[in-house]
Amino acid sequence: MSATLEATRPAGQKKTFGKSTREVPHHTQKAKKWYPAEDEVQPKKVRKSIRASTTRPSLTPGTILILLAGRFRGKRVILLKNLSQGVLLVTGPFKVNGVPLRRVNARYVIATSQKVDLSGVDSKKVDEVAGDKYFAREKGDKKKGEEQFFKQGEKAEPSSSRAADQKAVDKALLSTIKKEPLLISYLASSFSLRKGDRPHEMVW
Amino acid sequence: MGDAEIKASSWRLVEVGRVCLIHGGPSDGKLAAIVEIIDHKRALIDGPSTDTKTAVPRQSIALAQLILTPLVLEKLPRGARTGAVKAQWEKAGIEAKWQESAWAKKRSQKERRRQLTDFERFKVLRLRKQARFEVRKSLAKVKAA
Repeated sequence: MSATLEATRPAGQKKTFGKSTREVPHHTQKAKKWYPAEDEVQPKKVRKSIRASTTRPSLTPGTILILLAGRFRGKRVILLKNLSQGVLLVTGPFKVNGVPLRRVNARYVIATSQKVDLSGVDSKKVDEVAGDKYFAREKGDKKKGEEQFFKQGEKAEPSSSRAADQKAVDKALLSTIKKEPLLISYLASSFSLRKGDRPHEMVW
Repeated sequence: MGDAEIKASSWRLVEVGRVCLIHGGPSDGKLAAIVEIIDHKRALIDGPSTDTKTAVPRQSIALAQLILTPLVLEKLPRGARTGAVKAQWEKAGIEAKWQESAWAKKRSQKERRRQLTDFERFKVLRLRKQARFEVRKSLAKVKAA
């Protein structure tokens, strides 16, 4: 054993037995009298490490994406920002196809080669929306019992600050989108596979 | 007994001088002329295009890999070498004739459509819709008159 362990080991005791003294080791240092009835489970060592996620090179801000999963699947949306851990911040724009400012998983997205110029977009606002707190659920007072039960069906009113943020972000986007003919109706239409379409052979 | 009228068939034949489209392999989609018929399955071909992209090196090829076109190099002697084939090829204006044909146009259109991006596909869809609308409108006018 190494020297450091030697030092930390609990010291034994000197005991006298009749005439002689003998060092009796600390009880933790003694050999077990019996084998354990059940084998102790050795915890597995985790050999994985957490690595920073990298999004695909095609996912640059301004790219038009096709959402593949969730409530807005099939919608064509605009990528605003790459967040950490493979999360993307997208917007419809809301007025065009009803998709709000929203976070989506980069895995469930097809990046098209069409890009929209984001230069006019308020980057401060986007950063604010991209922050951790923005989409966090409010931990307000939970209504209990009867009141909560009857409230279940009712939809929560969308907050006016969210709507204002949406408008602030989309305003510049809409003006740039309108410049390109057919682009607005492209964003408004949703994607679906037709007869004979082979998604693995298609160019996006 | 009536007289039997004998006509030559108008099929495209595997013959010396026949221009073929190659289907599969490294020179897929290129044009070459048959120079010699080796056996019932193979032929010697040569595609002497001046453009290196569309040129096919002289080689023996299975007939299964050839699609016969209506174009023929008349008077090409059997087993002609590349120079002779090239002279005939240019004289007949094979490339230009091929580019003009509906077959080649359809092929290039298909190729172009395959390379379209998602937004371009959407634009094609819209424009086709508009064209269809105009055609139907004018047809309805003609029918009403």
